[in-house]
Amino acid sequence: MEAELRDRVRRLLAEHDPAGTDPAAFLRARFDAGLAWVHYPVGLGGLGAPRALQALVDAELAAAGAPDNDPRRNGIGLGMAAPTILRHGTEEQKQRFLRPLWTGEEVWCQLFSEPGAGSDLAALATRAVREGDGDGDGWLVDGQKVWTSGAHTARWAILIARTDPDLPKHRGISYFVCDMTDPGVEVRPLRQITGEAEFNEVFLTGVRIPDAHRLGAVGEGWQIARTTLNNERVAIGGQAMPREGGMVGVVAATWRERPELRTHDLHQRLLKAWADAEVARLAGERLRQQLAVGQPGPEGAAMKLAFARLAQELSGLEVELLGEEGLGYDDWSLRRPELVDFTGREAGYRYLRAKGNSIEGGTSEILRTIIAERVLGLPAEPRTDTDTPWKELPR
Amino acid sequence: MTAPDLLYSEIEEELRASVRALLGDRCPPSAVLARCEGPEPYDPALWRTLAVELGVAGLHVPEEYGGAGAGLRETAVVLEELGRRVAPVPFLGSAVLAGTLLLAACPQDGLLAEVAAGTVTAAVAVPLSTAPGSAFPTGVRADPGGALSGRVTSVADALTAGVLLVPAEGPDGPALYAVPAGATGLRLARRTSLDLTRPLADLTLDGVAGRLLATGATAVATLHRALLTGAGLLASEQLGLAEWCLATTVEYLKERRQFARRLGSFQALKHRLADLWLETVGARAAARYAADTLATDHPDAAVAVALAQAHCGALAVRAAEECVQLHGGIGMTWEHPAHLYLKRAKADQIALGTPGSHRAALAELVDLPGPVGRTA
Repeated sequence: MEAELRDRVRRLLAEHDPAGTDPAAFLRARFDAGLAWVHYPVGLGGLGAPRALQALVDAELAAAGAPDNDPRRNGIGLGMAAPTILRHGTEEQKQRFLRPLWTGEEVWCQLFSEPGAGSDLAALATRAVREGDGDGDGWLVDGQKVWTSGAHTARWAILIARTDPDLPKHRGISYFVCDMTDPGVEVRPLRQITGEAEFNEVFLTGVRIPDAHRLGAVGEGWQIARTTLNNERVAIGGQAMPREGGMVGVVAATWRERPELRTHDLHQRLLKAWADAEVARLAGERLRQQLAVGQPGPEGAAMKLAFARLAQELSGLEVELLGEEGLGYDDWSLRRPELVDFTGREAGYRYLRAKGNSIEGGTSEILRTIIAERVLGLPAEPRTDTDTPWKELPR
Repeated sequence: MTAPDLLYSEIEEELRASVRALLGDRCPPSAVLARCEGPEPYDPALWRTLAVELGVAGLHVPEEYGGAGAGLRETAVVLEELGRRVAPVPFLGSAVLAGTLLLAACPQDGLLAEVAAGTVTAAVAVPLSTAPGSAFPTGVRADPGGALSGRVTSVADALTAGVLLVPAEGPDGPALYAVPAGATGLRLARRTSLDLTRPLADLTLDGVAGRLLATGATAVATLHRALLTGAGLLASEQLGLAEWCLATTVEYLKERRQFARRLGSFQALKHRLADLWLETVGARAAARYAADTLATDHPDAAVAVALAQAHCGALAVRAAEECVQLHGGIGMTWEHPAHLYLKRAKADQIALGTPGSHRAALAELVDLPGPVGRTA
């Protein structure tokens, strides 16, 4: 298999010299050669090969100076939309969406959260009403979504909306692909406490979605969304890091370079935080070793929780360490960053942005409940909202 | 230099299963509780089975010196299980501290083979609170003829030891001596200790004849090695102890009903236990890292030990405190074993260096120095 992959890489490079080919054209050719994501099926950018072999392809192409698809620009598309389309999409949907998604020609965003449906996402109120009679060819969508990163650059969105308000909340939801160029879609920047606007509010007013853009069966949207969200948590949890590789390295460097800032109190707290960060790093390393030998543990859920707490602790410590400098801030202007960049900004920004770490992608409170119930096996909190028709729930 | 292995091998899991099965039969909480106030705080029959039949007394001692030829990683797994049961056996004092000291100082000495075989139990005569990196003790002095005089307080596992390994200030500087427990001029007084399951003794030596094991830099380095190894592996005992406290509390909260609900369904309690679980996940990684780096003589071992103690010492105390609190009134009774774990955890936090002293060690090791000449 490895030899075949190397051979395919060689042929791709021979037929499309990276130096003389338009990057988008090269990426399309790479997709068609099955070298985009080798674990995807043949005809959809892959070869049905083991996922671990992707690194080999990436390394060979990078060594040859080939362009890549800048995966960070389309994180939602690659990390969430693609696996969902692959698993639940029709053949036509896979053929239509996956190629330009992978090449980055079409960026995706996610229309899940709503002002009234955050941690309780299944309570969402955006309505999708069938147009025409019975076999009608589309849906009319009205509602408001929030915390949508990349909505202003996205061509498509994955969307969940309520298709049957008479059913209990988890059962009346369906999953769609929404065209972000539809005239009923309005995107407004959502300014955060940092001053910038990574995210958007998205207002959907009479948006028309053809039934051919529904993913999975009507009413199965919640189950499908759960696979999407699991992919998100895996994406947040799992990269290898050297010692002092994260936020702790930034604070430690300031500490070493600026002896005049040191106090006994800060010293004790820094040592505590340094040890906590190193313990969390080792726990992440242990988790990766478990995965490598095929023994995934429940520790994955712990990682996001630990890293959120550490980022907040350390960034707060850094502002305090800086003393008078900590009174300043680099820039309050409303920027529209494409990526979160913790190290490209100053301490005050890190402090404020880290507050989002315990909210985005599942709040720390929700994660603690998940750990308590699924890992420790503690009984669920008594609930009254799971069997009642959605329209009768108090709001 | 291979990457540290933070997992448990199959052999380690088999060893764990044997120790756990034995302790399940022979070391229930009721038996530990019944013994702790009696005249014989250790369980000699249990120790004999562990040491001789399971062969844990010399687990990390190479076969050529009479041991089992395993390593410190396996030794750490035994400590996890002993911690889970707060087992009253002198494993930490004899197999870990004394065994490491003898192996480093005088591997050819017949005493190591006896300790490794479990036929003799030994203890290192330093206060249990001694941190690795402390100055070499000077409480006992040796005259040129090898007669030892002085006093050592709060020595763990000394009451049951057949031989005491005594660091002393000799005529030519630091030295290590072996002293049989019955030696003339040696007095052991049992202390009333906070930890009921690891009793302490004060030693008084009055012209006791000692057998010289090592001197000078060797004596200093081997004592340091023993204390460092002990501190690093103690993290595994603390992990096992914390896991028992967490698991026992979870089981209790699944059953106990108040307000017509099972207590474990209250979010306030769930979140506390989730946080505790999160810290045990970290503790397991830190304890494994310490055991692995010690086992392989990895250059990062000193950092690993300080890190493991900084984290696991505090974690075990927190787990035991949560166990008492979340059991409510029953957790405050003598009858329930939670207090045995609280007392062990609190004593372990001081044993072989407090978390604070280990963080101070980290400050030097990873170049995070404190302020100079400031008091703010």
